Amino acid sequence: MSRNRDERDFDGGDRPGGGERERDRERGPQGGRGGGRRFRRRKVCRFCVDKVDYIDYKDVKLLSGYVPERSKILPRRISGSCAPHQRMLAEAIKRARNIALLPYTAD
Amino acid sequence: MAEKRVYEVVFIVDTGTSEDETTRLLDGLQRTVTDLGGTVTKTENMGRRTLAYKIGRKSEGVYHFFEIEGTGREIAELERRMRVADAILRYLTVRVDEERQRAEKLKARRARKASKRPFAGGGQRGAGAQGAAGEEEA
Repeated sequence: MSRNRDERDFDGGDRPGGGERERDRERGPQGGRGGGRRFRRRKVCRFCVDKVDYIDYKDVKLLSGYVPERSKILPRRISGSCAPHQRMLAEAIKRARNIALLPYTAD
Repeated sequence: MAEKRVYEVVFIVDTGTSEDETTRLLDGLQRTVTDLGGTVTKTENMGRRTLAYKIGRKSEGVYHFFEIEGTGREIAELERRMRVADAILRYLTVRVDEERQRAEKLKARRARKASKRPFAGGGQRGAGAQGAAGEEEA
């Protein structure tokens, strides 16, 4: 139950300022049956496009884009990051949290 | 032969610390590193910023950054000193040499792939990526 709610949190839609990443995922995997128009744009890893080799934990501007509202790490099914980059990102976010550049939780 | 390790150290200094005290503190820290045979290759004042959460009732701090080359022993001592110093709210040490190596490797691999890609393929890919980027902005 509570897990469901969490997931909906990330589903965008009702979120103000839910940026382009949410737009890629207009409907959940199960909710698409009757719609007809269901175009899911293929998600590409932002970091691969930008050819990023290392994600710096000091780069708050970049990282804060991947910790929505609740300050959870944005899952890659939503951001579309590839596995290696998601790993780097998660590591960087955790480091940033340690030195209070990013919050652990939204209070 | 001790291999050389590269570390990044970020620490937060209390905003209540005077300029004098801060320079003294920073000098002291750098000296602990050099005394133990390490070298401080880069220092940076990342400036004053609001903490993402409160640390010991403080909600603001001045961030400082060191890059250190050494064996690891000076890091142990440096961390001990930082733990003891009241003016330092928090520190984080990250060993970066291995990560940088990995980044280099990725870069090399990408370069290799790019050079192997045939002309047309490369061009198309580039165009496609550009198109997508344009859409995103629109």
